[in-house]
Amino acid sequence: MDFEPSDDQRLLVESVTRMLSDTYGFAQRKGYMALPEGYSSAIWSQFAEQGLLGLPFAEEYGGFGGSAQEVMLVMQAFGRVLVLEPYFPTVVLAGTAINVAGSADQRSALLPAIAEGSLKMGFAHNERQARYDLTDVVTTAKRNGSGWLLDGSKTVVAHGEAADKLVVSARTGGDRYDEAGITLFLVDATASGVARRGYLSRDDTRAADISLSNVSVSDADVLGEVGRGLPVIQRVIEAGIAATAGETVGAMEAMNEMTLEYSKTRVQFGNPIGSYQVVQHRLADMFMAQEQGRSMAMLATMSIDNPDAGKRAHDIAMAKVGIGQAGRYVSQSAVQMHGGIGMTEEYAVGHYFRRCMVIERLFGDPAYYLAKLAAEVG
Amino acid sequence: MDLRFTPEELAFREEVRTFIRENLPADTRDHMKLGHPPRKEDTVRWQRILNAKGWAAMSWPKEWGGPGWTAIQKMIFLEENLMAPAPELLSFNITMLGPVLLHFGTEEQKKRFLPRAANLDDWWCQGFSEPGAGSDLASLKTAAKLDGDHYVVNGQKIWTSTAHNADWCFLLVRTDPNARKRQEGISFLLVDMKTPGITVRPIISIDGGHHLNEVFFDDVRVPVEMRIYAENKGWDVAKYLLGNERTGIARLGKSRERVSAAVAMAHEVNFGGKPLIEDQAFRQRVAQLQVDMKALEITQYRVVSAYDKAKGAGKPDPLSSVLKVKGTELLQATSELAVDVAGPNATPIWAQELAAMNEPDELMEAGSAGTGSYLMLRAASIYGGTNEIQKNILTKAVLGL
Repeated sequence: MDFEPSDDQRLLVESVTRMLSDTYGFAQRKGYMALPEGYSSAIWSQFAEQGLLGLPFAEEYGGFGGSAQEVMLVMQAFGRVLVLEPYFPTVVLAGTAINVAGSADQRSALLPAIAEGSLKMGFAHNERQARYDLTDVVTTAKRNGSGWLLDGSKTVVAHGEAADKLVVSARTGGDRYDEAGITLFLVDATASGVARRGYLSRDDTRAADISLSNVSVSDADVLGEVGRGLPVIQRVIEAGIAATAGETVGAMEAMNEMTLEYSKTRVQFGNPIGSYQVVQHRLADMFMAQEQGRSMAMLATMSIDNPDAGKRAHDIAMAKVGIGQAGRYVSQSAVQMHGGIGMTEEYAVGHYFRRCMVIERLFGDPAYYLAKLAAEVG
Repeated sequence: MDLRFTPEELAFREEVRTFIRENLPADTRDHMKLGHPPRKEDTVRWQRILNAKGWAAMSWPKEWGGPGWTAIQKMIFLEENLMAPAPELLSFNITMLGPVLLHFGTEEQKKRFLPRAANLDDWWCQGFSEPGAGSDLASLKTAAKLDGDHYVVNGQKIWTSTAHNADWCFLLVRTDPNARKRQEGISFLLVDMKTPGITVRPIISIDGGHHLNEVFFDDVRVPVEMRIYAENKGWDVAKYLLGNERTGIARLGKSRERVSAAVAMAHEVNFGGKPLIEDQAFRQRVAQLQVDMKALEITQYRVVSAYDKAKGAGKPDPLSSVLKVKGTELLQATSELAVDVAGPNATPIWAQELAAMNEPDELMEAGSAGTGSYLMLRAASIYGGTNEIQKNILTKAVLGL
């Protein structure tokens, strides 16, 4: 075990941080939010130039050959400034799906395009009734000659509007809740029968509800094996949990720094509020939550390549509970310590609060994973 | 950064587990499995077995009998040892006095005391707290006046754990009552507990046990060569001792052991017509504790690894305050769980009358002993710097307020 970043990792973090400190001030971010896409294409190109879009892909696919650890470090830097670009759905979610399940042809067609910045992707699995149950898929794919016809709808697809291509889960067999019978498809976002309704999510990023009616795809668009999509979805979600755990750590750091700074400058009853012990101890608690959360992000990161699926799921569940609770505690405390200004849209802290809130309920909240862990107690 | 255990670390855990399983005396194991604290002879015997194996002087350099472990190995050992459950290494000897002697001691002091401390030939205790000096340690009053080649010590210490077992005591005394700052007039002495003028009086704690004492010093003569480091510089030594590598301060293995004990009991007691273990609320409470223990486990690895890397800097790591606060919160929460599981079985005191009256009944005995553990662990957030003090340290040292 070694917690020290390597020289390469340090350089990576430095260069990402430098780029973001030039381009991602809170006021600049507001500007990106106001663009039609809800993020900055120029920043997206910079991500591509820096090699971030190919970070976890093998070098033969134009990637950087990085591991989950590099992704965690980059997501942490993103979390500090609340990056709006569709990095997470494209590189982490769809990227993992293609990495894990894609054929050689699919990988060579898609991964280099993602890495160079010309292909953005979405991961369309969630459905309105499913909440956190991964097997609750009612979207169907029926045989249609040598291809398939997709019908159904997917909700709250992160950056679904921006995506050029979607990874879509659909039932090719079995009933709702069956583990078998779920298949993943690669679907062009502009294919006939795909309708996207985009909207703003609470965390300032764009999301979309996507309806599929008689969308025709070929056999070559099946990602992985027919009917065996669930284990792939699980891998995708585990990678997503590890990455957003890193992002939460960055957001907690930013909130804690902001709150500490505020406590030094905000004067009440003749003294900075940071001179009062009751405030100091809250700050100490927030710091401890951040560090315990960082440990959990590390747990998720070190677990996602564990070949033992049961152990992997167990550790990821632990990490998800821990990071979710830490993020919630720090967010709520940061707003409380700021007082009224923390409640305002114009001030940054509330935006961090809302990103943590969105992450917390992405792929399952602490209560959901706690129930899973509880089932293993004995 | 490589956040996985290496194959060597995994093999080491197996080696430690096997060694403990094969060498921990059965009567010690049986006694502790029920939740009782180790008896003096359990601790002495086990530390000697570990010392013979070369594992007792865990954090000392090899030339003084240390095993040369990495920080991660130390944590693995401590965790396995507590989970066994086996008696802990006597911290006064191993993590307090040892590093102090290695850092500040003369060659002669090291030679005289270190090997005996490792083998628990001398049982040490810590004479720091006083009736008027708890969290505010620097206000201590016990006085030492120089008289020829001896100090003459007068005063009182309190909360002195295991003083009744101890052969020696490391003691903070005031050698300059007129120092400009309170911290400047303090010295650090080693005192033979058999010296005339020392009186040890038991303090019975709320668990009914005798762990704590008052120690009175009445014209106790301590040779000058028993002083560590310079006169009036004892505060530096004390700070080093308190802030020094606090490997194991979280006692995570103990928390894990308490959860295992609670889960084992939960299989045998009833809740709504079923074993308690089947109750969802109970299971969630256990799962939450497991999550919190996991986070602390990794934080602990991070802190001790960073400490190992920074060796020589000689500065206490303020992050050890995180381990103290979170570790003791978990010790309290897990021991509380065991008491809650036991229900009414938590209430009898496992004293002689009950032990004599009943057939051996492990469920009842574990219920009772678990309460002792719970009651005694209320002290965990008080000793070694209260958790409130730890938060003060964090605000100053980490947040810079």
